[in-house]
Amino acid sequence: MSQTSTAPVPTGSSAPGPRRGERAGRLPRWAPLACFLGAAVLVAVLWPVFDLNIALAVLYTVVLGTLAVYLLARSVEGRRRATDRLVTCLVVSAFGLAMVPLVSLVWEVVSRGIGRLDGEFFNSSLVGIVGEGGGAYHAIMGTLVITALTTLISVPIGLMTAIYLVEYAQGRLKRAITFLVDVMTGIPSIVAGLFAYALFAIFLGPGVRLGIMGAIALSVLMIPVVVRSAEEVLKLVPNELREASYALGVPKWRTIVKVVVPTAIAGLGTGVTLAIARVVGETAPLLITLGITNATNLDPFDGRMATLPVYAYYQLTQPGVPPEFATDRAWTAALVLIILVMGLNVVARLISRFFAPKSGR
Amino acid sequence: MAKRIDVSDLNIYYGDFLAVEGVNVSIEPRSITALIGPSGCGKSTFLRSINRMHEVIPGGRVEGKIVMDGQDLYASDVDPVDVRRQIGMVFQRPNPFPTMSIYENVAAGIRLNSKKMKKSDLDDLVERSLRGANLWNEVKDRLDRPGAGLSGGQQQRLCIARAIAVEPDVLLMDEPASALDPISTLAIEDLMADLKERFTIVIVTHNMQQAARVSEQTGFFNLNGVGQPGRLIEFNPTEKIFSNPDQKATEDYISGRFG
Repeated sequence: MSQTSTAPVPTGSSAPGPRRGERAGRLPRWAPLACFLGAAVLVAVLWPVFDLNIALAVLYTVVLGTLAVYLLARSVEGRRRATDRLVTCLVVSAFGLAMVPLVSLVWEVVSRGIGRLDGEFFNSSLVGIVGEGGGAYHAIMGTLVITALTTLISVPIGLMTAIYLVEYAQGRLKRAITFLVDVMTGIPSIVAGLFAYALFAIFLGPGVRLGIMGAIALSVLMIPVVVRSAEEVLKLVPNELREASYALGVPKWRTIVKVVVPTAIAGLGTGVTLAIARVVGETAPLLITLGITNATNLDPFDGRMATLPVYAYYQLTQPGVPPEFATDRAWTAALVLIILVMGLNVVARLISRFFAPKSGR
Repeated sequence: MAKRIDVSDLNIYYGDFLAVEGVNVSIEPRSITALIGPSGCGKSTFLRSINRMHEVIPGGRVEGKIVMDGQDLYASDVDPVDVRRQIGMVFQRPNPFPTMSIYENVAAGIRLNSKKMKKSDLDDLVERSLRGANLWNEVKDRLDRPGAGLSGGQQQRLCIARAIAVEPDVLLMDEPASALDPISTLAIEDLMADLKERFTIVIVTHNMQQAARVSEQTGFFNLNGVGQPGRLIEFNPTEKIFSNPDQKATEDYISGRFG
């Protein structure tokens, strides 16, 4: 590096120019990239010597590259900028590390599931299927029915609880409800499933399997999520708007319905959509309450229903002979589930964009 | 329209805390009454108790009488919602409804109460209210745009238009110009001079020049110390308050020798 020689060396307090710990030189923009490329080349050369694998090679490249960037910057730019570059490298590495499982998961599911993402998968159930072919029509429809039913139960209860907490409740009762909602947020999903199972077993006897049971189990999981998100959003509505409405002679309930909720509608919609995304992939409670079936059953009040997560579970654990066709179906079911959740997240973003109050400037 | 308000022996509480004590005052119709005094002395609390907005705050309650044209506003058979329909309020910070257009903001008092009104009548009302608030010429081409897109002074006039659209008898204003620049303040003050032909106006202000400029009557609130209740020290015609007040405390306050 030519700048190294031109940079003045700080000689304590008497030297004019750069402050302590800083040198005048600046690394060119491509220098950090060059450092990492150099590290990669070095690791590639050493690969046969040390018998590396891909994970170790990446690790060594990152460590060596970071070290090189730091030392180079230290000698050219001084201590302060070198520290800045070191921390930048660490933060970017941490981000990369966090992305590894995500990317690897998506890659794995897409590459294994894409093969069976065909018309038959969406059009046929598993009735009479042994081995090749078959689909998850019954499971996809089951998931949609159960999720819709769960939403129908959870959203009114959750929203009204949140409105009660924000607009009406005071003192001890409010604290008690908030505490119970927090506790409910932490309930393991299998417990929710057992609760719904036990509840229906009282009336209908043991061994009962109904779609509505699953919806109730999922509601136990979904209601606290809806309450929490709606509560936070409603709290954000400025009190001045409520007072403005009261001062016009509008009763409290009408103020809530026509001013508070419309102002918060974007956040409420987003919260509900994310809560749906949260429960759509639940497996354990549905395993207990819905079971599995190979035929299409869209009536949640009549017998077993298939859902995507449980479908994937059974295709993987009881694949039959030969197993690879069922395993493929399991991966595709997982892919469809991911697409479903991603779609819900996109919907949530669209809701918050389209319903947000516009400033119109 | 425009009714007189008589307040007698009014005590205002926040929970157990007595915030304002022993207010006796008569507010004349078709005039502007200004309330001045240091922060925390209970002017705004008193103002909010006139249209029963005080009890919106948890623990807020009132003892004593506020009578508007013979009707006790705190009688047990009086619905606070009806009181607020007759006594409108404009707040310190402009607070148009962010989900509504300019038109809908002005029509909010009608729409939110689900009163049935023909579209043409509603159009007339919105235009009349916006003209009354001196805002019509600035917004007549963009009535369907969001109210939050206006400037601060315009938003405050929109809030005044919204308040007078429900045709109250009395208009309460809680420091309506304190968040505005001098030009917008002037616009609001001119507007108040117009509005007092039709309404009884009570205004809380920290700006003594403003009180002197716009009001006929002025009340001075003060408190003896932190934790003590605020009191109405003096209530007199504005010229008297600002030239020859009865009370030493009033003179100290308006001449800046307070404290």
